Amino acid sequence: MFESLSQRLSTVFDKLTGRGALSEADVGEALREVRVALLEADVALPVVKDFVARVKDRAVGQEVVKSVTPGQMVVKIVHDELVATLGTEGADLNLNAVPPVAVLMVGLQGSGKTTTSGKLAVRLKKDRKKVLLASLDVYRPAAQQQLEILARQAEVGSLPIVMGEMPVAIARRAMDVGRREGYDVVILDTAGRLHIDQELMAEVAQVRDAVKPTETLLVADAMIGQDAVTLAREFNEKVGVTGIVLTRVDGDARGGAALSMRAVTGRPIKFLGLGEKLDALEPFHPDRIAGRILGMGDIVSLVEKAMETVEQDEAERLAKRIEKGKFDLEDMLAQFRQVEKMGDLKGIISMLPGIGRLGDQLKDAKLDNKVVGRQKAIILSMTKAERKNPDLIKASRKRRIAAGSGGTVQDVNRLLKQYQQMADMMKKVGKLGQKGLMRHGLGGLLPPGMGKKFGR
Amino acid sequence: MSGKGLFGRLWGKKTAETEPAAEVESEALGHAAEEASELAAAEGAVPPAAEPEAAGVPAEVAGNGWFARLKAGLSKSSSRLGQGLADLFTKRKLDDEALEELEDLLITTDLGVATARRVTERLAKTRFGQDVEPAEIKEALAEEVAGILAPVARPLVPDPARKPHVVLVVGVNGSGKTTTIGKLAKRFRDEGRSVTLAAGDTFRAAAVEQLKVWGERTGCPVVARDTGADAAGLAFDALAEARRRGDDLLFIDTAGRLQNKSDLMAELQKLVRVLKKQDETAPHDVLLVLDATVGQNAHSQVEVFKDMVAVTGLVLTKLDGTARGGVLVALAERFGLPVHAIGVGEQAADLRPFEASSFARSLVGLE
Repeated sequence: MFESLSQRLSTVFDKLTGRGALSEADVGEALREVRVALLEADVALPVVKDFVARVKDRAVGQEVVKSVTPGQMVVKIVHDELVATLGTEGADLNLNAVPPVAVLMVGLQGSGKTTTSGKLAVRLKKDRKKVLLASLDVYRPAAQQQLEILARQAEVGSLPIVMGEMPVAIARRAMDVGRREGYDVVILDTAGRLHIDQELMAEVAQVRDAVKPTETLLVADAMIGQDAVTLAREFNEKVGVTGIVLTRVDGDARGGAALSMRAVTGRPIKFLGLGEKLDALEPFHPDRIAGRILGMGDIVSLVEKAMETVEQDEAERLAKRIEKGKFDLEDMLAQFRQVEKMGDLKGIISMLPGIGRLGDQLKDAKLDNKVVGRQKAIILSMTKAERKNPDLIKASRKRRIAAGSGGTVQDVNRLLKQYQQMADMMKKVGKLGQKGLMRHGLGGLLPPGMGKKFGR
Repeated sequence: MSGKGLFGRLWGKKTAETEPAAEVESEALGHAAEEASELAAAEGAVPPAAEPEAAGVPAEVAGNGWFARLKAGLSKSSSRLGQGLADLFTKRKLDDEALEELEDLLITTDLGVATARRVTERLAKTRFGQDVEPAEIKEALAEEVAGILAPVARPLVPDPARKPHVVLVVGVNGSGKTTTIGKLAKRFRDEGRSVTLAAGDTFRAAAVEQLKVWGERTGCPVVARDTGADAAGLAFDALAEARRRGDDLLFIDTAGRLQNKSDLMAELQKLVRVLKKQDETAPHDVLLVLDATVGQNAHSQVEVFKDMVAVTGLVLTKLDGTARGGVLVALAERFGLPVHAIGVGEQAADLRPFEASSFARSLVGLE
């Protein structure tokens, strides 16, 4: 149901024909769309307003780089600002303290604290740290057992459970055991609590005072909505947060909460939870989250990648031919070569916006770079005349080409059909003129239904 | 309450320039409301350790405590919205600017941009340009929202002809499925029905133990296997057992799964197919449990789970925070699935039928 930001912006900018600097009016209209896109991605409203104001300052008067549409330009500015706001990657755990170092895990019920505790333990163990896991969750049934099981799976220490012991006492005992038994890190997993539950917030503050944690990680679900700001602010004010862990990033939520929480607390997002397995914890990459929030796949990096690899004269030559409504098999071959240069086909297609939902279909399509190779071989088995004038290719020529390329006549037919579709499309693009081609960007260079065709 | 800072800062900036008096006044009101709700919470709250006791309290008696708790929970969550509205509409004309701010306020409850816009547009149709007071605009807003929600406020009614009436409970990880089952079991046990629980979350560590605790609390037999066992097989056995006993209800817990994990969703479909081998009509209800803090992703959750396992109704949990669950309004508009219950706390008695008008009024900060 969500349109990607690039789609939204292309409707705004389709009306614009002029180039040059972005005017205040253009930017204003674009930013209304940006605002909606951010809100649909669950970025909290006050954060959205602040963000949009900053982008506006940066965008007005900005020169539109040749060969990019104004829409793409705005996307780029928004993206860069998002990445800047989300912070830098590689903020690892701070363990600079006398061991055992206490790491306190806090968050709402069901945000994934216990699983994340287990994942952190696995990660620290890889760094040759001796880790003790202790559950302070005396409220949820079987929560302590859950952490005990995870500790066993992670092959790290687990604080023996004493029924009826209260959280602060458990925390103290954990630190004692940590000191006595020479642990490097003690991870304290607390009960889920609502940030407005004064009693439980006071309790976790007492735990904090008792163990003086070096890290207090706020664990939050990537699916969380507008309440992310309140949540983050309350936890930060009442308990003091040193970092954020965003969980369930492997879901299809846009994850705007990341931006909200980062903006409100100023604390770094340290890790992303990407699955149910204990090794599914990754360092934070602002790029990745920025792309998700905007729902634009990695269009920015696609554009950048394209600009690097597709040679400019080649593109211009092609553009001229298309303008004249000409597109032959030589051109198709040139395109296959470009696709190959840009890397893995699957990778490129997954970078295109809106493709996320097609994930399953793509999986079925079994896209394969080898297919491109085979298609190339077919064209290379043709004579120059055939490539320039595909109408020449009849039955006996087809047999020769098939034999030459090591395939069957059906393969040749399929390629010719595909060529026909592309040629038709190029004619349409040609009518729009060169600007049209640029506007359609690389999407226009890929034949329609390419995934399916290649899947055979 | 420092949480007030959100609206205080947001809306306060504008109102403070023009109406400093109103700001102070509504802030004072906010404190009063907060105190009141804290009182109510103190009355209604039972320390978590005493939970098994609370489970023994008859429903009517617990009703008072629950109402206080709901009020406490919801009024906490809505007092800021209410205050925001108060700031907005104190002696004000309902003009474009006011409507835009109203729309923003709705957005902060997770209503979503499109739904917030429609609701304010409908409001504008009848009252545009009039001088409005906060109470009046809140009433009107609550009416609009309640109008959307009323058709979906339908309780979960087990069919007495089914022995058992099979209820499959699904949702993403951490949404509160197991706790909801515990609470539902408690409610139906209090009504004198026989209930069996099936610990179908065979994936998460200690999930089976968690449901077993609820089984003990509510006096329901729990069908369980070891973690890692096949959930569909377990559900099949649980249904056979419940049929043999002639139980009224069977609740089947499932492992939390993100809706975009197609293999896990296929596993859920298999569970349903296996159930149908014994009873073609089963499951009779498929409840999707949603966390009130969820934002716009709730759309995707409902859409996919509905497609995959024919969800028949929703339960909204954790409504005792500041999250207001406004996305429910958008979901009601789009899918029209019944909302059977809301969870307002961690006690066994904290699950209540969903009432459109009280939810709507709480959402906009009335009551």
